[in-house]
Formats: sequence, C-alpha cells, structure tokens
Amino acid sequence: MKLLLKIWRQKNANEKGKMVDYPIDGISPDMSFLEMLDVLNNQLIEQGEEPVAFDHDCREGICGMCSLFINGEAHGPDRMVTTCQLHMRKFKDGDTIYIEPFRAKAFPVVKDLVVDRSAFDRVQHAGGFISVNTSGNTQDANAIPIRKENADAAFDAATCIGCGACVATCKNSSAMLYVSAKVSQFALLPQGEVEAKDRVLNMVKQMDAEGFGNCTNTGACEVECPKGISLDNIARMNREYGKAIVSSKK
Amino acid sequence: MATLDAKIPAGPLAEKWTKHKNNINLVNPANKRLIDVIVVGTGLAGGSAAATLSELGYNVKAFCFQDSPRRAHSIAAQGGINAAKNYQGDGDSVYRLFYDTIKGGDYRSREANVYRLAEVSANIIDQCVAQGVPFARDYGGLLDNRSFGGVLVSRTFYAKGQTGQQLLLGAYSAMNRQIGRGKIKMYNRHEMMDVVVVDGKARGIIARNLVTGEIERHSAHAVVLGTGGYGNVFFLSTNAMGSNVSAAWKAHKRGAYFANPCFTQIHPTCIPVSGELQAKLTLMSESLRNDGRIWVPAKKEDAEAIRAGKLKPTQIKEEDRDYYLERRYPAFGNLVPRDVASRAAKERCDAGYGVNATGEAVYLDFASAITRYGKEQAVIKGLNPEDHQLVQKLGKEVVANKYGNLFQMYEKIVDDNPYETPMMIYPAVHYTMGGIWVDYNLMTTVPGLYAIGEANFSDHGANRLGASALMQGLADGYFVLPYTIGDYLSADIRTGRIPTDTPEFEAAEKEVKEKFEFFINNKGTHSVDYFHRRLGKIMWDKCGMARNTEGLKSAIEEIRALREEFWKDVRVPGGMFEYNEELAKAGRVADFLELGELFAVDALERNESCGGHFREESQTEDGEAKRDDENYTYVSAWEYTGDPGQAKLHKEELVFENVKLITRSYK
Ligand SMILES: Cc1cc2nc3c(=O)[nH]c(=O)nc-3n(C[C@H](O)[C@H](O)[C@H](O)COP(=O)(O)OP(=O)(O)OC[C@H]3O[C@@H](n4cnc5c(N)ncnc54)[C@H](O)[C@@H]3O)c2cc1C
Ligand code: SF4
Ligand code: FES
Repeated sequence: MKLLLKIWRQKNANEKGKMVDYPIDGISPDMSFLEMLDVLNNQLIEQGEEPVAFDHDCREGICGMCSLFINGEAHGPDRMVTTCQLHMRKFKDGDTIYIEPFRAKAFPVVKDLVVDRSAFDRVQHAGGFISVNTSGNTQDANAIPIRKENADAAFDAATCIGCGACVATCKNSSAMLYVSAKVSQFALLPQGEVEAKDRVLNMVKQMDAEGFGNCTNTGACEVECPKGISLDNIARMNREYGKAIVSSKK
Repeated sequence: MATLDAKIPAGPLAEKWTKHKNNINLVNPANKRLIDVIVVGTGLAGGSAAATLSELGYNVKAFCFQDSPRRAHSIAAQGGINAAKNYQGDGDSVYRLFYDTIKGGDYRSREANVYRLAEVSANIIDQCVAQGVPFARDYGGLLDNRSFGGVLVSRTFYAKGQTGQQLLLGAYSAMNRQIGRGKIKMYNRHEMMDVVVVDGKARGIIARNLVTGEIERHSAHAVVLGTGGYGNVFFLSTNAMGSNVSAAWKAHKRGAYFANPCFTQIHPTCIPVSGELQAKLTLMSESLRNDGRIWVPAKKEDAEAIRAGKLKPTQIKEEDRDYYLERRYPAFGNLVPRDVASRAAKERCDAGYGVNATGEAVYLDFASAITRYGKEQAVIKGLNPEDHQLVQKLGKEVVANKYGNLFQMYEKIVDDNPYETPMMIYPAVHYTMGGIWVDYNLMTTVPGLYAIGEANFSDHGANRLGASALMQGLADGYFVLPYTIGDYLSADIRTGRIPTDTPEFEAAEKEVKEKFEFFINNKGTHSVDYFHRRLGKIMWDKCGMARNTEGLKSAIEEIRALREEFWKDVRVPGGMFEYNEELAKAGRVADFLELGELFAVDALERNESCGGHFREESQTEDGEAKRDDENYTYVSAWEYTGDPGQAKLHKEELVFENVKLITRSYK
C-alpha cells in the first residue's frame, strides 16, 4: 500500500506544532498501525531525520499507553480497539491519513503525538482505592459471596485502560466515563461501601480541578471507548454523587 | 567479592518461613520514617512492594518508564493466578502447589523459596479481594477457578482474560492511596540508568527523566528492583515493547550475580509471526488449552494443501487429524507444561506438518468445546441438545464468556474468526526464569540491593508453570520483601539521609552522561532496531527452543561481532536533553547485546536438558529432555568481570530434602 501521512509534529510542550506530510510506500495490510509508524520512523532515522514520537508499550490493547487521533477519531476508524490493535487493512491503497495527538486542556502535548495524561493518575490518588493494608490477616476471600451479576458488572467497569480516548473524543473534554468506571467498580462491590461517599466526592473534585470539562450526555465517549465502558457507569456515578451530597448536607 | 550463601533458615520446610519471620530484626514504626527505600518498577512485584513498604511507614520513591505505574507490563497477563485455596475441594494443598512448582521447574529451584511461595499464595487472593479486585465468580457468588498446564487440580483464579490487568490495578490502587498521602513519591517516565554503590552497599540510583532528558541522582537506604524480565533480548516476544534488561544488567555490572540467564520460557500458544517488519508477538493465554485441542494434519499432503491455501482445516476429517499432545501425553493431554508443548509443536512443524504459509503453526481448535458446552447449556435450559444450530449458539456464548477478549484479539490481528475456524498458534518467547540471583531474603549479592518478581531468578527453576508469575510477583511484593528488608534496614536507623553529592554518585552520573553523548555523536548508519532485530535472530536460531554446542559457540562469536558493529555504526537522532525514545532504546539494546552473550555462555555451560533449556546432546530416544542430576543440580550464578563472555561461574548447589528427584513425565 502507498499512503500519504499527515502527522502533527511539535518539538516540545512550549513550541508550536504543525502538520507535516510524509508519503510512505510498501505497507502491508497485515501490519498494525504502529508497525506502519515504525517503518516510517526507521526510514526517517536512516535519512538523518527525527522520528515521530508516539506512546506505546504492550501493543495488545491493554496497557492504555497508545493514543492517537486518526482521521478525526480516537484510536482510528475501527471499533473496540486501541490504536496498537488497529490494522492497515482498515485503510485503502492511496489513502491520506491524518494523525494527531489526543487533544484536551488537561492533556498537554509532550512531543509530537505524546501527551501528558498524569491528570488521570491524580484523580485516582484522590480516592480510587479501598483502604486496606497488606497484613496477611485479611478475611478469607470467600467470606463474602458477591452476586455474579454484580461481580461481572464491576469487572466490566474495571476493564478501563485509562487511555483517555473518552476525553479526547468529548467536545467538552469531560473525563466522566473514565472516573465513573472506577467509582462504579467499587460501588458495585461490598468492599467499596465504607468509603463510597468520600470516594465519589473527592474524585469528582479532583477531576474538576484538573480542568476536565462537564458532561453534557453526548455519548461520544462510549462510542470511541476501546473497552466498551458503558454510559451506565456515568449514570451510576451521578447517583452515587447525589447520595453523597444529600448525606453530607444532613 | 560477594559470597554465595542462600541464607535458607534451618528447620523443617513447613516451619522455615514462620520461624524466620520471628527471628529477623524489625524496624520500629517511628524509625521507619527515617528510612528511604527506592523501588524501581511498578509491575505486580514493584507496585505491591512500594504500596506495602509505605503502609509500613518507610519513605518510598518509586520509578517506572511508562507514563503511569498502571501501565507496567504485568497489565498484559491474561490467564490467571495460582493459589492453594482448595476452594474446589479437589485435593489441593500448600504441599501440592509446592510440589507441582518444583516438579514443573524440573528440579532447578530452591525448595525453601518455593514452599514459602505456596504458603503465602492464599493470602494473595484474600488481599486482592479486599482491595476490590473483581475475580470471576460462579452463580453462588463464590470465586471460580480454572486449570493451567502441568497440574491436575483447579487452583487458578482469574478475571476473564485480563487477570494481570485487574491485579495490577489493585496494586496501583494501593499505591495511589499512599501517593495521595505523600508516602510514595512516584517518578513516571523515569528510567533507572545505574545503581550507586557506596561502601559496598546499594545507596541509590541514577535515573533519566525521559521527558526532559535530565540525569538525576536519587539516594536511599536500600534499592529494590522489580524491573521485569528480559525476553526482549529475542527482539520478538510477547513482552511489551519497553521491557528490558537494563536495570538488572546495571546491577549485575555493579556486583549482583546473574543466575541461570539461559532459562527462558517459550510459550506454546502465540499468534505466529506474519511478516518481516513485525514488532512484537501476541500471546493467546494458556487458559485456552483448558478447552482448545491442539492438532496438525496427520497426512503430509493435507498439511501441504493447507499451506498452499487449497484446503481448509474444517475440511479435514476427524480421523485425519493428529492431536499430537493427546497422543504423546495421554495423562496431561493438551495441558502439558509449556516447555513440553512448545517442543512438541516445533517437532511437528520441523517434520513438515505445520499449517500456515510459513509452515510454522499448529491449530488450536474449539469446535469440540463449543459442542460440549452447547449441549450442557441446552440440557440446563431444558432445550433440545440435538439441535445443532442451537447447540452451536449456546456453546459459542459460553466460550465467549470465558475467553471473549482473547478471541477478539485474535480476530483483529489475524482477520479470521476463531469461533468458526481453529486458531493458528506457534511458540514464542514469553518469560525469563533466569534473573538476578537472590538469597532467601530476596537480597542480591550487593548488600541493600533487592530483586523481586520476574527480575529475580528465584522460584521457577528451569520452567515456570502457568499463572505462577503473578503469584510470585505479588508474594514477593506484598508478603516477603516488606518483612525481609527490615532485617537489613534495622542497622540503618541512625544512618540519616544518604547524601547524593558524593564521589560515587558523581562517577556513576558521569558514566551515564558519557555513554549518551557517545550515542548522540556517533552518527552511524543504522537505527537501533536494525541491530536489535539481528540480535533477536541470532538468539532465536541458536539459543531458542533447541540448543547445541556448535550453535551456541557460533552465537557467542556472532553476538560479539554484532556488539562491536553496533557501537561503531548505530545512529541515534536528536539530542540528549529532550524526549528521545531512540536514545533510551540505544541504551537498552546495548545491554541486551551484552546479556545475549552471557545467555549463550550459560546455555553452553549447562550440558543437560532441563525445563525450557533443551540441549540436543541431552535427549532420550523418543526426543524427550534428559536431565543430568548428577552434574547439574545447581544454580549457575555469574559474576561480572568486565567482559560478559568472561563472567565467572559460581554454583549454588540445590539440596532436595523433601522431594525426590524423578524424571518429569506427563505421559
Ligand atoms: C502476554 C503475557 C501474558 C502473561 N500471562 C500470565 C498469566 O496469566 N499468569 C501469570 O502468572 N503470568 C503471566 N505472565 C507473566 C507475568 O505477567 C510477568 O512475569 C509478571 O507480570 C512480571 O511482573 P514484574 O512486576 O516482575 O515486572 P513487570 O510487570 O514487567 O514490571 C516491570 C516494571 O519495571 C519498570 N522498569 C523496567 N526497567 C526499568 C528501568 N530501567 N527504569 C525504571 N523502570 C523500569 C517498568 O516501568 C515496569 O513498571 C504473562 C506475561 C505476558 C508477556
Ligand atoms: S473509559 Fe474507555 S476511553 Fe476512557 S480511559 Fe477508560 S478505556 Fe479509555
Ligand atoms: S500499546 Fe498498550 S494499549 Fe496500545
């Protein structure tokens, strides 16, 4: 396949960036999108140019490190995949492909296509945990049975990989899907109950402090989420938040 | 020179750990505040250690090269974690888990360490559940289990095909709680470049900030490495792209012995290599072997027709299929350990029965499982179990529920539907049993330097059983290291902060800077990957699934030559004080090029077959691995002497007091 890549280049956080054209040839449809970028980078290096910086690690859709806005879509045109799982067979010979970083005020560009998502971590520091020390005397794991439906729903919420596609997709740069996934996981489990109120209040407070926007229920996040995190989680978090506000007013 | 004393406590096997905990020195809570610990790595091992150490009161600084601790390679683990809970009532026990692990490791691991691992395994599950890890449950609301290779009980806990993710997010949440309280200071996008040794003790590290390129000094009273395995020395592996040996290798160069470097696990069920420019391989979890049956065509003509695209696997009749694992190993069938399954696949493909275009693939078939589950469901639901379509539909639902994400992953990569046609799989490099040598306390031969998780060599001998790496990582990090490290740190309560403006830090920092300057100024002709790929090919061809004297000797020569070429001709664009992934990669590949040689030296020295290490010179008549207990019942611990090819061998004799060494048979 022969393609024209239009890629966002930006030296660092302080400098301005721009789109640059890179024609590329000899791409096989069985290659992954990131392997295609590897090929480009090796060519650039051997020509003495600087390769395009992009984040990646596991290359199997689980670490959440890869990102990219491809032809205007987070993680590209395929559904339920991350960029590293996207294959070139989704494109046609002769296509022009626009490749940009995930854009949001809370995700400043580090270099080229690499952004800083540490705001996500800080939201977790505010309450994304159950306070239990490692002692070796914790009660037996089967002491509290948990309904399979709840365990499964908690698992589904917990599969969020923290990639940030939801934020990048949302016109308000809202992080509701991401934050609600963690709040939901713990709200569905008895272990999470004790700290439920503080958790949701603190995480939402931190989310706002990081500069993520408000949720206006457009649902775009759910469409682009590579892990199929459902909007139900946002509804659940809103309920949890409501409960917490009411009880803290009492 | 350090001595090789494993410090195994005296007494009966089952009492060693408890007694040891009672006898070691402790640091009182007030004094822990005066002590700093550096933890490099935030995978299951490093993450759980950082969280627990800070809960105990130590000041922890944690490092990872990804942009968040949650992205450590452990996140990718799929299938499950073992624990001797005996929830299924199928006769499991601490002893059985211990025994299976020793046997699975082909009697090349330490009894005392493995027993301790089995002993704390149950605590891990309790701890994770308390943290809110959503393990799979049955309809009664209790935890569910599955089986993994090399064992006859169901002791594997799982969260669909994302067990590593869920466990790591558990450890990450425990870390987050401590980061929020200021007890852990987290350094993301930081790479450790060296260990700093002061007066014979590990007292800090040199790290590079991967965003700014700044070189930093960090001091502590002890340094813990939880930096993972070195499978990427093969270039293509199931490891994440950034997984590397550098931290371990730097420790080795500062005096930590490297143990059994040639013990590598080649995992039987990975998606086969498809192209020259491929960057990594993808695992299909071993859990699939619970339900998938492995086969190749029994007739060579059929295999040839399939390779030529003239025949489909579904067109091959039952009697023309060779379920070679079930045929050769009736007792364990498709659930033989990984090393055995991998060699058997290679044997069939080498003999000409491989099934994809390259001839290097075998089938993993779910058709019988789909039918079996479908019938079961039909009966449960009171529907007709003879209705083929219905049975297929119900069966596929069960399979999707168990392995859905793996099937999806396969379909995306291969563009083929595994619910309809069998998967194609082939062995690939997956895990490294070898690693930094540690004693019973998990301390390396450098006082104050510890190694945990895949980075150490300790528990898996020559072959790791499935679902045991997650168990070991969390055992080390939650339940072992936090106690044993106190014994060492108790001598440091009056030491005070370790200064970083000392000649040792200065010298280490200078060395790192000079190496990077060299890379930037070298202006050679080829990228780092070009050399890494070539190294990988040498390793795979000559140090892979089958090894022999001649191949290993030539590997040593070739790696040395390649290393020389690399230093002359590598090209690293960009500058030092900026985000520069190529520069980081250059440093990692430089270390792989040294480790690769030691790997081959170790494989050459061990003239026996054991576990994942198969020496062609040492096999039985029917091609099974032949161990040589008389001459090789030891751990090879290599001391760095300035040249990886000239490392000095120290032997830790393995003493078995509780199990009898027998030929490992899965027939
Ligand atoms: C695809 C796959 C599936 C697997 N499935 C299973 C399974 O089902 N069950 C099972 O038991 N095991 C499984 N394993 C094995 C298991 O996942 C690993 O052995 C285990 O997770 C390793 O954990 P760790 O904490 O030792 O290291 P890792 O998780 O590899 O973490 C290494 C950490 O060190 C950091 N690091 C490394 N070098 C540096 C440096 N120089 N400077 C700073 N930081 C550094 C990294 O940032 C990272 O945080 C699987 C492995 C793979 C590849
Ligand atoms: S909710 Fe989905 S899109 Fe958002 S961070 Fe999680 S996995 Fe990514
Ligand atoms: S690289 Fe890990 S999710 Fe894409």
